[in-house]
Amino acid sequence: MSGANPNPKTATTQPADKRGEHGDRTERGDRPAWKRWFASAHPVKPGMLNRLWSVPSILIGLLFTLGPIGVIVAFSFMSRPDMGGGVVFRFSTDAYEKLLFRHDYFGNRSFDARYLAVLGTSLWQALLTTAICVALAFPIALWMSMKSAKAQQILVLLVTIPFWTNLIVRTYAWMLILNENGPVNWLLRLLGMGSQQLLYTSFASVIGLIYTFLPFAILPMYSALSGFDFRLVEAAYDLGAHKPTVMRRVILRAAMPGVMSGIALCFIPAFGSYVQPVLLGGGRVLMVGNLIASQFAEARNWPFGAALSTVILAVTLLGALAASIMGGMASRKAGAR
Amino acid sequence: MNSAKPLVARDPEVERRESGLTINRARKTFRSAEGKEVHAIDDVSIAIRQGEFFILLGPSGCGKTTLLRSIAGLESLDAGEIYLGNQRIDQLAPYDRPVNTVFQSYALFPHLTVAQNVAFGLEMEHKSKGEIKKTVQEMLDLVHLGEFGGRRPNQLSGGQQQRVALARSLAKRPKVLLLDESLSALDFKLRQQMQVELKRIQRETGITFIFVTHDQEEALSMGDHIAVFSKGKPEQIGTPEEIYNEPANRFVADFIGDINFVDAVTTGANEITVEGVPFKVEQDLSAWPAGAAISAAIRPERIELTAPRDTALKGTVETLMFMGADVRCEVRLTDGTMLLVRLSPPYDTAVLHQGATVSVNVESAHIRVVER
Repeated sequence: MSGANPNPKTATTQPADKRGEHGDRTERGDRPAWKRWFASAHPVKPGMLNRLWSVPSILIGLLFTLGPIGVIVAFSFMSRPDMGGGVVFRFSTDAYEKLLFRHDYFGNRSFDARYLAVLGTSLWQALLTTAICVALAFPIALWMSMKSAKAQQILVLLVTIPFWTNLIVRTYAWMLILNENGPVNWLLRLLGMGSQQLLYTSFASVIGLIYTFLPFAILPMYSALSGFDFRLVEAAYDLGAHKPTVMRRVILRAAMPGVMSGIALCFIPAFGSYVQPVLLGGGRVLMVGNLIASQFAEARNWPFGAALSTVILAVTLLGALAASIMGGMASRKAGAR
Repeated sequence: MNSAKPLVARDPEVERRESGLTINRARKTFRSAEGKEVHAIDDVSIAIRQGEFFILLGPSGCGKTTLLRSIAGLESLDAGEIYLGNQRIDQLAPYDRPVNTVFQSYALFPHLTVAQNVAFGLEMEHKSKGEIKKTVQEMLDLVHLGEFGGRRPNQLSGGQQQRVALARSLAKRPKVLLLDESLSALDFKLRQQMQVELKRIQRETGITFIFVTHDQEEALSMGDHIAVFSKGKPEQIGTPEEIYNEPANRFVADFIGDINFVDAVTTGANEITVEGVPFKVEQDLSAWPAGAAISAAIRPERIELTAPRDTALKGTVETLMFMGADVRCEVRLTDGTMLLVRLSPPYDTAVLHQGATVSVNVESAHIRVVER
């Protein structure tokens, strides 16, 4: 990589690469970076393919990542057709306006908090789900990482078993568990607490979300901890650290990258979740996911659905940005001490 | 001082050394994968003087590391006690023992800088920031890493990481410092430098060092006292000179340095016979009955080769190898035993050449009688 680095400063800080850098210089001349990148007629190293071969992969990657998002963002700035779904190619910010304001019969604009409330509920449920998932996943991941290599393989397999069947089917199973005659209510009656309305509540919805996203919290934490050197724990004990300190300053610290990805992998899909609020929440609590789905289906307001999606994306990106800034500050703070 | 009499009866030898670390009848048994019981520590009693460099030496799997970890509190003993002075420490948690370990893998915290690693143990003692900073710098200076405080462990070489681990443990001012095969991961040259460094640091700090190694040369060059371990037991405890010159048994003789074992028979209170040729020995042979089949253990550098005499033990020079500082010579005795002999040049080429018949002489002080 550093062989293609046009910045000579890096070359001086990495003496190992210095020689290669000098050799390249005469050939490279002063051509712009993009030309150097594409125009190199020879492979970077013997045995490597020419860089042009990477173009199809890059195109496919862009198409499948940025492509749909670009379409959604574009749709959000377009107008509804007079009848039916779809969009017409006429620039408009109506969709975003509808998020915050309503127009009454006479065309008067007034503030409308309904959609903000939906966003707030979704955000709250997603945060709750994420917090519980991470709290449950950490001890599980730690326990897994301390088992023998063979046992770890089996445990990872067990964690991934839910992925083998369809999410809808698994959510229906939860409906059976939580309904009035299900095992939970049977147990509650047995304990004399009487039947409770569990299904079709936001409680059931959150249970479903936790169930769905727990493996996504366990797996990255496990992978962060599986390479953890438990001799560091012995070293910490030896240096006088008690158990809580060892947990906080050594084990949790090592698991941190996994915790961060676990949070991201739980929060992002939970925020836009669709299946659990409908099937387990009974659609009583409107969530962003359901709102978006209904805009593309019944309401036939594609631009508004696209605008909602864009807002979710923006909130998620801002969250990720804040997390990385905070992470950076935390490590700088630790370094300064 | 001695008013606090320990409740448990202790080895008499242990009793004499109140201020150091004493291990009294320690036992630790593991169950192996096949369900067999393995005595990692088998009734071990050792007394280690305060401020000495003590070595636990033995082949891998002999229990020396388990013993070290038991002192650190990372393993629990099945039976026996460990005392530091008069304080019994074997029941304390590892974080409550005034003992620190330099791990074989160094076990530096990868997410902390060098200075933060060294500071870790001091923070656990809730020392003030200024004091921690001062001690960290002192310790890094002690191990010649004063400029490296801001680096991460993965930016250091193996030898530097080793020294950070040492500084981190020393910063706690332990009463005893435990070093687990600490130099074995380093290359030869670095290991020799670190041996000198460790001795210097041990002298300067006056801390008792207990050093585990399987390298007998390292043990001889560094130790004040050495315990040679085999199968969970010390075979011999003594100074390097005692261990080398007066091995207690065949295992110790064989494990330390090069040695020749020659079949012999006891013929008197201080005489043995090798192939019918009598040799005087200074060792007390009262443990063996007359006529007992024993082995004479002789160091290669203690054997003298001279022109053949009728009454002496005779052999044939098979190979003669110039090694620089000395000459390695293999001599076959008439019964087929091969003797390794180490000579200092120059030697008489008229007497000593390949195929020559020579007499083998050993002074009485340099023959060690051990079991066959």
